[in-house]
Amino acid sequence: MRIARPPRLPGFRSGGLAPIVVILAVLLVLLSARQPDFFSPPSLMSFLGRSAPIVLLAAGQYFVIVSGELDLSVGSLVTAQVVVAARLIDGDPSAGWPVVVLLLAFGVAVGLVNGLVTTWLRVPSFITTLGMFLILVGAVYLWSDGAPKGGLSEEFRLLGRSAFEDVPALGRIPYALLVLLAAAALALVLTRSDFGRTLVAVGGNPRTAELSGVRVGRAKTMAFVLSGLAATLAAVLIGGYSGVSFQAGAGLEFGAITAAVLGGVALGGGRGSVVGAMLGALTLETLFTLMNFYGVSGALEPAVQGAIILFAVAAASFRVPSR
Amino acid sequence: MSGALSPPARWTPPGVFVALALTLAIGWLVVTVDGGRLFSLPTTVSLLHVAAGLGLVAVGQTVVVVGGSLDLSVAYTVSLSTLVAAEAMAGDDGALLPAIGLTLAVSATIGLVNGLLVTLARINPFIATVGVGLLLKGYLDNGYDGPTGKTAPALVQGLGYQRVGPVPLAFLLLLAVAAAAWFVLARTRFGHHLIAVGGDPEVARLSGVRTSRVLVTAHVLCALCAGLAGVYLASRLGAGAPRVGTEGLYDLESIAAVVLGGTALAGGRGGVVGTVGGVLLLASIDAVFNQLEVDVFFKQVIRGVIIIAAVAVYARRAMRKAS
Repeated sequence: MRIARPPRLPGFRSGGLAPIVVILAVLLVLLSARQPDFFSPPSLMSFLGRSAPIVLLAAGQYFVIVSGELDLSVGSLVTAQVVVAARLIDGDPSAGWPVVVLLLAFGVAVGLVNGLVTTWLRVPSFITTLGMFLILVGAVYLWSDGAPKGGLSEEFRLLGRSAFEDVPALGRIPYALLVLLAAAALALVLTRSDFGRTLVAVGGNPRTAELSGVRVGRAKTMAFVLSGLAATLAAVLIGGYSGVSFQAGAGLEFGAITAAVLGGVALGGGRGSVVGAMLGALTLETLFTLMNFYGVSGALEPAVQGAIILFAVAAASFRVPSR
Repeated sequence: MSGALSPPARWTPPGVFVALALTLAIGWLVVTVDGGRLFSLPTTVSLLHVAAGLGLVAVGQTVVVVGGSLDLSVAYTVSLSTLVAAEAMAGDDGALLPAIGLTLAVSATIGLVNGLLVTLARINPFIATVGVGLLLKGYLDNGYDGPTGKTAPALVQGLGYQRVGPVPLAFLLLLAVAAAAWFVLARTRFGHHLIAVGGDPEVARLSGVRTSRVLVTAHVLCALCAGLAGVYLASRLGAGAPRVGTEGLYDLESIAAVVLGGTALAGGRGGVVGTVGGVLLLASIDAVFNQLEVDVFFKQVIRGVIIIAAVAVYARRAMRKAS
């Protein structure tokens, strides 16, 4: 997968945010032209709340991608978490928080397995997480005999669907947005920390990093754990917002990876920023909203999405002057 | 782990055949104890049919993976090809050859687009082929709800159901395509250039290889193989099926087969012989589980574990050889 990586030019600071900000701005202008109401606080707030899960997943994916790996299991992890939560809670309101703690532990465990198999057993992460995807989807269907059982309690769904009402100036602030802001702040702190810099070094050149005393395996495993945690948070929000379904997380892994790449994170590692990845996810959500407003039929949605992704990524890579 | 292609000195059979033999032996034992027969005519025939469909896609996938790229749009190419073939034939034997020609032309065009996006537009192959896959998905979702068209009866009787002893004609087609691909990779100038590009595109370019042209050709060959798989599936189903490729997970399974066959995902190493072994391994596991009447979802869990475990074993062997 090295072919498409543009040549590194000395002095050229790559992974910048400019392209994604421009794309997002263009989409927002188009959106406001069609739907001037979009920028009214209530609609904007609910848009941001709705986008929280994919933005969280993109942030988690950033850590994995920048360390030179890939996590294809996040979508299936979201589905698994939602289905498991429904079965364990089964409408019992008191089960809410213990189940959330259990889900977090499960997310960490899946990330840990992904990371250890990739680093210790040296299985390419594409295969590790693809295998994890098959295992999680199979296991979750097997466990529930082909149809989701139980149900989520109102308490559990609070985070995903409720909001602080009657806030002055803004109207309502969805809890999901607060979860997102907290997670985003944490992600930013992490990328600025020693760990964050180490991760970029590991993705840029694992050999050099190892020779400079970095524990490459440990850093990468941590990245997978972060991705698993992000998937868990996303699952809690998605379960709250739209309820139980085997389709809860379908395709989210590609969405998250696309968002990160749109945001200037290089597949192969070593370049990009977590803010870019999150802006990439917001751009994707804006795109979907835009298509909705323009009345693109649901069946054509993937085609438009595909065309725009190809265009955007190509445009982003053309800023590198060719020799 | 010198794959089947490390030129030209000594040829060591990829470890996948050892795994295949073990799987068949253990599978036979377990199935016999269970009171079934693994090598009865119907199971053998259906095993080889499963292998034929996946194998055609996987051989094509090998070509791009050896070149350091990959193709995640194959599942949609397969679906589209069944539709193009069945609609162009419309149940008429006279239209057989033109319809196959048209199908291959359509799939070659998809490959060309993939190749140009990867080389000319410098889009990462993962994103480029997912994007093209989304475009095709949009077209398929928008235009088709269910089976459409009618495959020519001669093709159904021939490629679909004709066999020589226990060996279906389709499996012989796979062997022929695999042999051709082996020849191209191991004995032609294009093949050597492709391996060079997969190993290190920069070095290949500096040595005078036209890397873009080589990669575009590889993508066209891969899509042609997916097109052939589509023709075969149309002959089995008697009509075009808009979801057959995605439901068969041909994108991910073909990559799994390639990696099981010892081809490195990073490119530059591997070959078609191992891929055929990987396909037979996946098909055998399927056949054994079918005989044992294992739950489909459990089957998927085991499949995930086996893929990870097999690749881990390879990685271990490669490390030992290196030290």
